[in-house]
Amino acid sequence: MNARELVACYVLGTFFGVLLVQGEIVSWFRIHEMFRFESFYMYGVMGSALFVAAPSLMLIRRFAVRATNGEPIAVPPKTMGGGVRYLAGGTIFGVGWGVTGACPGPLVAQIGAGASVMIVAAVAAFAGTWTYGWLRHRLPH
Amino acid sequence: MEFLRGPWPWYVVGPLVGAMVPALLLIGNRLFGVSSNLRHLCAITVPSGLEYFTYNWKRDGAWNLAFLAGILTGGLLSAFAIGVPAPDVSDSTRAALASLGITDIAGLVPASLISWETLTTWRGALLIVGGGFAIGFGTAWAGGCSSGHAISGLADLQPASLIAVIGFFTGGLAATWWILPGLLS
Repeated sequence: MNARELVACYVLGTFFGVLLVQGEIVSWFRIHEMFRFESFYMYGVMGSALFVAAPSLMLIRRFAVRATNGEPIAVPPKTMGGGVRYLAGGTIFGVGWGVTGACPGPLVAQIGAGASVMIVAAVAAFAGTWTYGWLRHRLPH
Repeated sequence: MEFLRGPWPWYVVGPLVGAMVPALLLIGNRLFGVSSNLRHLCAITVPSGLEYFTYNWKRDGAWNLAFLAGILTGGLLSAFAIGVPAPDVSDSTRAALASLGITDIAGLVPASLISWETLTTWRGALLIVGGGFAIGFGTAWAGGCSSGHAISGLADLQPASLIAVIGFFTGGLAATWWILPGLLS
């Protein structure tokens, strides 16, 4: 952790927050429409995001690019294990996404952009993560 | 700044969202993701002694918390300097929502469903508190959310992330087609 990195991440996060709101990625209505398959919009957002992110990752690997702090960039693979955590955890999160129209980032953007009641949802999300940490050794992964 | 209000087209928003991945890697070798912040916040505030919350959050998570603080600032900036765009959803979605009794297509969330007023009803509380809890519990169990798995993980061709995204859609479809209509009918 250094101050330069924190400032850079804060500025980038601010830009991301503006994108989330002006792009309606934090709109409950848009998410509902996406899950009803009634618009291409959100699929266009996700598809074109991957269209930029995937080749960037390949190029970074291909040319063994270093970060500005000098570290060689490494993306750790996700451990598969039994895979249960991804399907079960993913499905539970999906239900939360479908009813609130928010994921963790959008939750915060919604609060900033005026949906103040989402503070309650954010506190509940905090409690959810804490509960996971508490039950973790009893859950399949 | 009315001309900036949007909604911005998907082919502008999507590539800029995707550019977060190389940008964060280049800045500090960090993988784009947001949900880990919930874990960092637990690690900071709850003295639990649980293994999951015992790690060096300053080293591993401070950048992410700064990014999250940025998202909050970005939301404020959008609301006060640019303006929140009016929901631009299709007519068929409007009709479907109307049949569920949701006609206030404005703002970021439907006020008739999610607001301080509905929080005092069992239905509103279930949606807001239960939905929020599911976001926190589910993303922690799955080890990522729409950014960590659906953007970073899929871009890196990680099979685990594909399974997680299948889960996201399974849950989201269940919420949209069964849970919401069941609660609202």
